[in-house]
Amino acid sequence: MSQPIDTAAGALPSAVAARRRRERLRHGAFYLALLALGLVAPLFVYPVFLMKILCFALFACAFNLLLGYVGLLSFGHAAFLATGGYVTGYLLASHPGLTPELGILAGTLAATVLGALFGVLSIRRQGIYFAMVTLALAQLVFFGYLQAPFTGGEDGLHGVARGELFGVISLRGNLSMYYFVFGVFLLGFLLIWRTVHSPFGQVLKAIRENEPRAVSLGYNADAYKLVAFVISAALAGLAGATKTLVFQLASLTDAHWHMSGEVILMTLLGGVGTLFGPLVGASLVVSLQHMLAQSPLGNWVDVVLGAIFVLCVLSFRSGIVGEAVKLYRKNFK
Amino acid sequence: MTTLLGVPIAVFMGQLTLGLVNGAFYALLSLGLAVIFGLLKIVNFAHGAQYMLGAFAALLSMRYFGTNYWAALVLVPLVIGGLGMLLERFLLRRIAHLDHLYGLLLTFGLALIFEGTLVNFFGVSGARYATPEALQGGLNLGFMFLPTYRAWVLVAALGMCLFTWFMIERTRLGAYLRAGTENAALMQAFGVNVPLLVTLTYGFGVGLAAFAGVLAAPLYPVSPTMGSSLLIVVFAVVVIGGMGSILGAIVTGLAMGVIEGLTKVYYPEAANTVIFLVMILVLLLRPAGLFGKEA
Repeated sequence: MSQPIDTAAGALPSAVAARRRRERLRHGAFYLALLALGLVAPLFVYPVFLMKILCFALFACAFNLLLGYVGLLSFGHAAFLATGGYVTGYLLASHPGLTPELGILAGTLAATVLGALFGVLSIRRQGIYFAMVTLALAQLVFFGYLQAPFTGGEDGLHGVARGELFGVISLRGNLSMYYFVFGVFLLGFLLIWRTVHSPFGQVLKAIRENEPRAVSLGYNADAYKLVAFVISAALAGLAGATKTLVFQLASLTDAHWHMSGEVILMTLLGGVGTLFGPLVGASLVVSLQHMLAQSPLGNWVDVVLGAIFVLCVLSFRSGIVGEAVKLYRKNFK
Repeated sequence: MTTLLGVPIAVFMGQLTLGLVNGAFYALLSLGLAVIFGLLKIVNFAHGAQYMLGAFAALLSMRYFGTNYWAALVLVPLVIGGLGMLLERFLLRRIAHLDHLYGLLLTFGLALIFEGTLVNFFGVSGARYATPEALQGGLNLGFMFLPTYRAWVLVAALGMCLFTWFMIERTRLGAYLRAGTENAALMQAFGVNVPLLVTLTYGFGVGLAAFAGVLAAPLYPVSPTMGSSLLIVVFAVVVIGGMGSILGAIVTGLAMGVIEGLTKVYYPEAANTVIFLVMILVLLLRPAGLFGKEA
């Protein structure tokens, strides 16, 4: 254990308490700075690009809740992203009177239900089998969307209207849309932060570290895993639903297994099991794809992503945020 | 015309053979995955890409060196298997001491690299590889027409499965492999060169994938993406059968091919999803897999 034992002594010595206070202040300042950055960013960067980053960041955060805090590698998260997107897109495109927040809610709900189904099936197997089961189930969903009449098959679902939020605020402008997406991201992020820092989250980490021991302490590990899986699926669906509203389309790309691989890469690159890692990883991967698409190397995106994958696994397993935290701990504590 | 369960018998038998041929590929690929998993404990996500490389190696060596099919069938698995050994020696070995999920991620990255590179040079549309002359045409069995090449694929794939079974169950090297699967550390203590054994095992598994690739080249369009979608189906087959036994992998592979073929006859819409549905059923009724024992 790296934690000092002084917490066990009841009342904290004043020096320790002071250090804690300083640390909390520093954390607060850090969060506030990030919030301010998020609020002013669209004045300097193209809002649609930022929205894309935020949607993928939320997707990666949702995925990280499973891999980073429960130790479950899902290879099927694209299914939830796509379900959120398709359900929201279909409802908003076919019911012009529907407000966007209700559409997003419906998409998220659909992803949650699908997550419960996936979860019940996949947590029956462990480790490597878990990854294979989720991948196979997601492929089943992919074929479903390929053949279903309402998704538009290979062409995708187009013409989703952004509409008016609560029937009042128009989301047609990119700036108002951005602040809505930013709000959605904050909501999802706070939910994950709350989950990770709750007693429930502590049990999840215990299961990650040593499942048999958690079971022997009386915790129903499968039930905990299932709830975590459903939360993760719901947030991935929320990300997909929001993304559909931003781009006004839903396509099969989101359901393809490549997307499940991409979200793994974002999380791994940013830092598995860190709160901000997925945000950093998603920003980097989306920016990289954007830059490569405009360069002569445009066709080599998959190769570059694969190479980053290999490098991350071989020599950069804590990810950018993970390494930064290590560096900070070594030099400032 | 005679019918069977409402379907002309020729159609029925035709789909049954097609299913058996597909099943032979499932069996070969899941066997390779199982051999690698047994000793290395990783799932080789690059297996589909290595199968694709096998098909491409056959195609390109024919195009540029005039290598015929029979030579390719022997040489390509050796070359691609050798490439696999290099990957194991210089990449996989460095992460062998970590959580085995990292092996899955590393091989996934490799698969992206292989696939992406070939897409750049050859596009996604498939190329044709001519069926060798000796295997062209077919046999008229009276109740059905059996293309010679499909019959050969069945014989060759099952022969290779049998050869693998013999190697693992009946030779000294295979005994080492089985012992290493049980307890690698103890094997090392007895003086067996376990790292070498691991390299050979990975190379053998990759060689099996490449062999399947050469077999598939005259049958399906040779394209860079031919491996990845197949691999996901093979993963489902592996979940259904479990990776515990060789015989289990072969039987499950063939059975799933036949089920898929018959679904094509009776309910074509579900043909590409039926294996996943069987997987769900197995997970509900027998979570450890048909031949598996839960770790």
